[in-house]
Amino acid sequence: MKKRVGVLALQGDFEAHEKALVRAGADVRQVRTAADMAAVDGLVIPGGESTTMLKLLNFMDLKEPLREFAKEKPVFGTCAGAILLATNVENPVQESFGAVDMTVERNAYGRQIDSRVVQLTPEADFQERTGAGKLEAVFIRAPIIRRTGPGVKVLAEYDGSPVLVEQGRHLIATFHPELTPDSRVHQLFLSKI
Amino acid sequence: MILNSEQFRLNVGLTEMLKGGVIMDVINAEQAVIAERAGAAAVMALERVPSDIRKEGGVARMSPVSVIREIMGAVTIPVMAKARIGHFTEARILEALGVDYIDESEVLTPADEEHHINKKDFKTPFVCGARNLGEALRRIAEGACMIRTKGEAGSGNIVEAVRHIRTIIKEMRQLTVLGKEELVHEAKLLGAPLDLVEWVAEHGKLPVPNFSAGGIATPADAALVLQLGAEAVFVGSGIFKSADPEARAKAIVMATTYYKDPQKLLEASEDLGMAMAGLDISKLPESELMQTRGW
Repeated sequence: MKKRVGVLALQGDFEAHEKALVRAGADVRQVRTAADMAAVDGLVIPGGESTTMLKLLNFMDLKEPLREFAKEKPVFGTCAGAILLATNVENPVQESFGAVDMTVERNAYGRQIDSRVVQLTPEADFQERTGAGKLEAVFIRAPIIRRTGPGVKVLAEYDGSPVLVEQGRHLIATFHPELTPDSRVHQLFLSKI
Repeated sequence: MILNSEQFRLNVGLTEMLKGGVIMDVINAEQAVIAERAGAAAVMALERVPSDIRKEGGVARMSPVSVIREIMGAVTIPVMAKARIGHFTEARILEALGVDYIDESEVLTPADEEHHINKKDFKTPFVCGARNLGEALRRIAEGACMIRTKGEAGSGNIVEAVRHIRTIIKEMRQLTVLGKEELVHEAKLLGAPLDLVEWVAEHGKLPVPNFSAGGIATPADAALVLQLGAEAVFVGSGIFKSADPEARAKAIVMATTYYKDPQKLLEASEDLGMAMAGLDISKLPESELMQTRGW
């Protein structure tokens, strides 16, 4: 049976994630309410504006349901989603859900003019689990992970900082695997469900 | 082909991040902070909102650099700014300033009545207005990474925004049923490059996200254009010319996320105070229309 995965569809590139998850073989739904969230076994928090998503989670009383969801089920955050799932956020300090023990700094590479596409060499463990080869990473006004806790495993680094990490059932990418045809990162997330 | 360039992909990527969001016109840092607090996905820095440009007349230019810089310093969301159509020097200044997005906009007084900016030469992404598919594809050919249907800026009247989004969606749908040889003729009629016409015929959509602008004044207006196929909205005069800008901004953000949910739209529409006044576009003289600027 296909795995039932939700994509938080408040704002951002949720459609790109839906397509990537379908390519990776999942049954995908858009999540906009607590009831939508209750119906899925894993949740992707997409890229977009973390401040906008935070406001909408607030207006719509979705913060508690999301916190509870992450206590039991896998969550995968990319870029803005990574910011929301961190324990600490800097530049500026903002509220987050603490699902993954790390500190992230927002917009840490600069503005859009500093956005970039790079080829990463993921850790051997990532390649063994998902397939060999480099990983194309699209960074867009991306955050930088400044600290990771002892339970966090780094799967890929760029420029000396972790950019793809996991902690138990949760997965974090500061780049956008949903914007490239390579579906290994999404497959890794599905393997956690 | 433009679609294969890495810079273009990266810039379309930023546009993807703005989807399902509201981009709000602001004229100073104070308004930018209100917009961010209300949940804006980005702000557009400009000197005067379109309804004031319309009222006061004169030449509308790129905003003063100091105002844009102040806005960039006040918020963490992306900051866009407008350059005049064809005014590539204004655009270079905005790029040097580091804005996240440049709007080559018909709301400002055009600097060139024949040519648009060659946007492929820039690292900074551009958004351009369009009223129909031919215009949209010409702008993409020049390097635009986002199209926004023009509507009629500063009017508070949604009728032109609806006309333009419907026109583009219909023209794209028509292309999908044509044969290869018919596409050459169609490209000629549209005044658009054949490779982009072929791309649209194959995919049934634009190769870049398509947002809506020009006349959105209520949460219902935002939900309407999203249901018609827009992927995000620009709100100009509609917010800061209304009675309670912060409440209205928040409500439009909510309506943009829950555009298919009438119950949530009802909640978003409660207690907003007066919307901006608005204009009957059929009574405007042709010379006062902004949408006809752009070639």
